[in-house]
Amino acid sequence: MDKRLERILPRVQKPARYVGGEYNAVMKDKTDVDTRIAFCFPDTYEIGMSNLGMRILYGVMNEIPGVWCERVFAPWGDMEQEMRRAGMPLFALESGDPITDFDIVAFSVGYEMAFPAILNMLDLAGIPIHSAERAALTPLVIAGGTAMYNAEPIADFIDIVSLGEGEEVTVELVGLYRQARREGWTKAELLRRAAQLPGLYVPSLYDVTYNEDGTVAAITPLEGAPAVVTKRIVTDMDKSYFPVKTIVPSTEIVQDRVMLELFRGCIRGCRFCQAGYVYRPVRNRSRELCAQYGVASCNDSGYQEVTLSSLSTSDYPPLTELCDELEEFCTQRHVNLSLPSLRADNFSMNLMQRLARGRKTGLTFAPEAGTQRLRDVINKNVTLEELLRSCHTAFAGGYNAVKLYFMLGLPTETDEDVLGIADIAARVMHEWREAAPNKNRGVRITVSTSWFVPKPHTAFQWEPQITREEYERRVKLLREAINTKTVTYNWHDSATSVIEAVLARGDRKLCKVLETVWRKGATLDAWEEYFSFDRWQEAFAECGVDPAFYANRRREKDELMPWSMISSGVTEAYLWRENERARQGITTPDCRTQCNGCGANRLVGGKCDV
Amino acid sequence: MSKLRLLFVKEAQASYISHLDLIRTFQRAFPRTELDIKHTQGYHPHPIMSIVLPLPVGQSSDCELLDFEVVQDTDGAGIAERLNTGMPMGLRVLDCYPATRPIRELAYLRAEMELEYDGGVPAGALDDLHLLLARPELVIQKRTKRKDLADVDIAPMLRSVTLTEGEGIVCADVTVQAQNPGLNPQLLGKAIETYLPELAPDFIRVRRKAILDAEGRDFR
Repeated sequence: MDKRLERILPRVQKPARYVGGEYNAVMKDKTDVDTRIAFCFPDTYEIGMSNLGMRILYGVMNEIPGVWCERVFAPWGDMEQEMRRAGMPLFALESGDPITDFDIVAFSVGYEMAFPAILNMLDLAGIPIHSAERAALTPLVIAGGTAMYNAEPIADFIDIVSLGEGEEVTVELVGLYRQARREGWTKAELLRRAAQLPGLYVPSLYDVTYNEDGTVAAITPLEGAPAVVTKRIVTDMDKSYFPVKTIVPSTEIVQDRVMLELFRGCIRGCRFCQAGYVYRPVRNRSRELCAQYGVASCNDSGYQEVTLSSLSTSDYPPLTELCDELEEFCTQRHVNLSLPSLRADNFSMNLMQRLARGRKTGLTFAPEAGTQRLRDVINKNVTLEELLRSCHTAFAGGYNAVKLYFMLGLPTETDEDVLGIADIAARVMHEWREAAPNKNRGVRITVSTSWFVPKPHTAFQWEPQITREEYERRVKLLREAINTKTVTYNWHDSATSVIEAVLARGDRKLCKVLETVWRKGATLDAWEEYFSFDRWQEAFAECGVDPAFYANRRREKDELMPWSMISSGVTEAYLWRENERARQGITTPDCRTQCNGCGANRLVGGKCDV
Repeated sequence: MSKLRLLFVKEAQASYISHLDLIRTFQRAFPRTELDIKHTQGYHPHPIMSIVLPLPVGQSSDCELLDFEVVQDTDGAGIAERLNTGMPMGLRVLDCYPATRPIRELAYLRAEMELEYDGGVPAGALDDLHLLLARPELVIQKRTKRKDLADVDIAPMLRSVTLTEGEGIVCADVTVQAQNPGLNPQLLGKAIETYLPELAPDFIRVRRKAILDAEGRDFR
């Protein structure tokens, strides 16, 4: 172990996250390796190791002979301070080597608030942050992940962006890089060739000009780069890589259990949900394979909990059958199944009985909006009756806690919609009185509201975010309307959502802002502990950027969006149609009921696996 | 039903695994043995296992013990090998055997300490340290469980110390009381800091070498 590290570790919190050596961490002999990849997650170990995508790509890359992919996470503040003081550069967990000499530095970026951490990690590694300052082929800085559907706010820092699911395109990109090195290409040549690979977006090969009002005037591809880059997907989930033998952290992480991915995509089409659009189309993994992976993963890792993961788990057609198939194994091995992402409209007694038998603590539903009118606007096709029926089932089955998630500030929201949330909570309470077999245990109903952030590639990408004053007024309105002690109300009062709204639909002018805010000390801004709204305000002011232009402005139909060169497969025409239907309060049926023609079916040759 | 004991090494990266995380790590490894660990009877059953003398985070050890009970009748043969197929780097089970000796017979532990001096070992340090650690009273300030500072005399818990000098380091082979109360050898560094601040080392590495009964024989 590095002597500097050994001296630092006794002084930092949770040192186990900085040493590697976990069960199943991939170690390779450096003499057999010609390409080293630093797979960076711009957040802490506990968060990064909970990311299934990272585990999949780690496995995929390490299966390539001659390639060693290692993990790198952002150090917590105390560790960063110690590392900087000791002059110790950012290092990879497997080898402990500084990543400065790695060939490819790859970031997995799931959310906008991680942007400052990317700059900070590059800097900690001693790598120049701007793509233009890195003239050599090595290190090549690439990025992927959901936040990269609009990579413009970090366009100046990233050489190549990988769009969509990375199982195949990452292998192709690594192959291209190795060819480039073998044949002595310049970095410019590599970027040019990379832009020809489907799913790879090279920001420096696009010239962006602006109108006087600050909107984008034109996006011009250079040197043969395609006008539109479409995301990549795995077409057959049964043939796609699943990390059965995956790293088991020696210290507790957020998702400390087997993550069994049932399917990708979502049939629902909630109009605010970026994931619901960009992960299209729906592709199911067969029940047999899911069961097999579940058992094998438990056997290898020793975990006693499996989470059946997807965007909407109760929409997996053979869900009950899968639970039944796993039952014998689960009982014998004391393994619990947990189901996140349940929908209130198809949660059944049947399903409930198959859930963790011992731990009937709480269930979570997300009605998202307080009235049927607004739920129709956002296409969250859950009715109050369905929600109450589900709660009734849960209470009757012995559950005594329900969490309800809502958003404030959704398009067209009125005070009536806000107060509707309090009404729902009261009715759920009433349902408990009717259904609970043992009222002595009491009930806990938690209402949580977050602040709606309009995201690119959704039906609401044209919509403004409500102002902070208005959001706070609505929180206050709701707070005063919830007056029973059994109902706890949590609201998201951080200014994070404002910054998120700016970055989510930002353009390249924000690169300067990001650099400025990072130089002022922004690092792990996804964490309340480190986020400073004032710091962002200063950075906006210094760069002459008005955050309201990005967050609170309504876009017109014909406005050229900064991310227009990127396609998730869903057409903009479809998104606009959905936006219009939202304004009229017309719902759109789920993909299983009928195909609504979003365009994503073309990614799988015409027919989706609904 | 059998009561079993594991003897294991904890070193390198694994020396940073905290006590609770270590228990979780073993819990995940046990399904490999096909043994049925006895679980608590409560509402949320969890496997019964206990680590005999939890090692402070950052220290290494050649002689950690973990006690557990299984439903089957077994002498533990073959268990160590199977557990080792699921261990992180730096954790290695050496043996698994019936736990016959009660833990209360465990009296002392022997540790090797490396006191690192970046600027070389100061002249005469060995003698001064020797005199210091031979004092009848060594009072240091120690944080209590209630987070406030208390004066503790560690001299009675220190059984023997042998000091030798190497390149930039002083090696201390120490035997200290293991329980009721036990002494963390790391605290000798604190004593040096308190009484001979000019001889305070830049870094101290601790490795547990043996756990002993009252007669000074290996406790197993």
